[in-house]
Amino acid sequence: MDQQTTPLLQVESLTRHYDKIKAVNGISFSLKRGEVLGFLGPNGAGKSTTMKMITGNLAPTSGSAIIDGFDILDNPKQAKAALGFLPEQPPLYKELTVDEYLNYAARLNRMAKSTINSAVDNSKQRCGLEQMGKRLIGNLSKGYQQRVGIAQAIIHSPALVLLDEPTVGLDPIQIREIRQLIRQLGQTHSVILSTHILPEVQATCDRVQIINQGELVFNDTIDNLSERMQTTALLLRFKRPPSTSTMLSLAGVQDVESVDEQTRRIHFLAEQDPTEALVDASVSEGWGLFELTPERMSLEEVFVDLTCREPHHDEVAQP
Amino acid sequence: MMILTLAGRELRSLFISPLAWAILAVVQLVLGFMFLSQVDTFLQWQAQIAMLDNAPGITEVVVAPLLGNAAIVLLLVVPLLTMRLISEERRNQTLPLLFSAPISMSEIVLGKYLGILSFLLIMVLLIALMPLSLLLGGNIDIGMLAAGLLGLTLMLASFSAIGLYISSLTSHPTVAAITTFGALLLLWILNWASNSAPDGALAYLSMLQHLQPLLRGVFNSADIAYFLLFIFCFLVLAIRRLDADRLQP
Repeated sequence: MDQQTTPLLQVESLTRHYDKIKAVNGISFSLKRGEVLGFLGPNGAGKSTTMKMITGNLAPTSGSAIIDGFDILDNPKQAKAALGFLPEQPPLYKELTVDEYLNYAARLNRMAKSTINSAVDNSKQRCGLEQMGKRLIGNLSKGYQQRVGIAQAIIHSPALVLLDEPTVGLDPIQIREIRQLIRQLGQTHSVILSTHILPEVQATCDRVQIINQGELVFNDTIDNLSERMQTTALLLRFKRPPSTSTMLSLAGVQDVESVDEQTRRIHFLAEQDPTEALVDASVSEGWGLFELTPERMSLEEVFVDLTCREPHHDEVAQP
Repeated sequence: MMILTLAGRELRSLFISPLAWAILAVVQLVLGFMFLSQVDTFLQWQAQIAMLDNAPGITEVVVAPLLGNAAIVLLLVVPLLTMRLISEERRNQTLPLLFSAPISMSEIVLGKYLGILSFLLIMVLLIALMPLSLLLGGNIDIGMLAAGLLGLTLMLASFSAIGLYISSLTSHPTVAAITTFGALLLLWILNWASNSAPDGALAYLSMLQHLQPLLRGVFNSADIAYFLLFIFCFLVLAIRRLDADRLQP
């Protein structure tokens, strides 16, 4: 009845320990229908572990994942029917042809015999595999094998598709094609995509989650992430640089860094942009400003900032 | 339904690889040779045997030893067939395909088991053709043959159950093969240790002890129960082992 309002996926404080190591520590989030979520994090952050738990490949130490209203632990069959999963290593049988393999995948997902053929054709067409049906999977290139892996995950048109690092080991052209495919998938399915490549998230996702050392450190839309990347520093070059204290006295300037003889980097608060005041002062005081570059924080830096800063916080928090 | 899908896939992949064909051919060749030499011996001694009171027929002289030999040959062969059942999927990391599909662990294990069992049934059928060919020139004791074939089938079913379980323990097919072979051989010769006490526990566990009555045509429900319990036990162990994959470590 409230198909639109209930989230498709509800993850509740999911935790997984390997012996003493906390691979995933109390992750909670939800995913709406038709949303593409990017799972971002350095290698070993717990992305794959989280995905394995959501798909029922790994039992969580505690917490729950509810897919389409079915708990993966209590009603695994119904929950698994609503999801398609491409693990980091595509689960391909190299001795089968693409058609045979997709046929088998469709039957594993309990599809009715009459619908299997059209489903295989449909998912081949979507993944650009029309010409490859009769080829042995073992003879395909890595890029095409990856496509077969994706075709397998969407064959039963599940509501939720999870792709674990789908572009690893592909060449730049293949990466572009796979990203395009993921964007297409986003129009009809909810997709969770894990990666450690940042532009991939910008290129394909509506929402991004950054996970580090098993904990969620950022969970917001791409737009809000871009906002985080707004200008907070200026790089200025003067013929006759003023003293540091003079510049600090300008409104909004927080910190002044001397990069070399002529170059200064100025950090400021986002709300108080001192660019205009600086230019005015330079003209009236004759500092000889000849270069001014706003420094944008790249996604990379936001990422490093978020993932590397967190441990410091913990240290500070401890008495 | 899902079990049949998995079993069909298992059987298909066996016949795609040359291994299945090679095994069928070699087993047939070796047993065919044994069968013919047995028939030859019978023909040589036929006259003398006929003089005895309560003379053994061709079924006792030819068929029972043939099935006994088949059991030993297949003891060497079954580990080669069962080794890759689960270990290869684990090695190639294809298990997530099964784990992410709406199928239970029991369905996975039973499907694979049924697949290998159908292959072995084909083998038993081919072996059965040899004694049945004797019908062309004479009479055989069909009841005794049936009991023998049932014994052979039950024993192969037990072999594959233990093979499937051991295959679920490792990600190296060869390790699974050698371990299965060791386990089967040990089970086979368990009664050697109990020469002094033929009714001891060890002797009772030995598979040979339960196969031999069936080969002689004696149908004892205790023997049948032994095999069925054996199969059940190892299938449950395999299901539990696969389940533990999600829980580990």
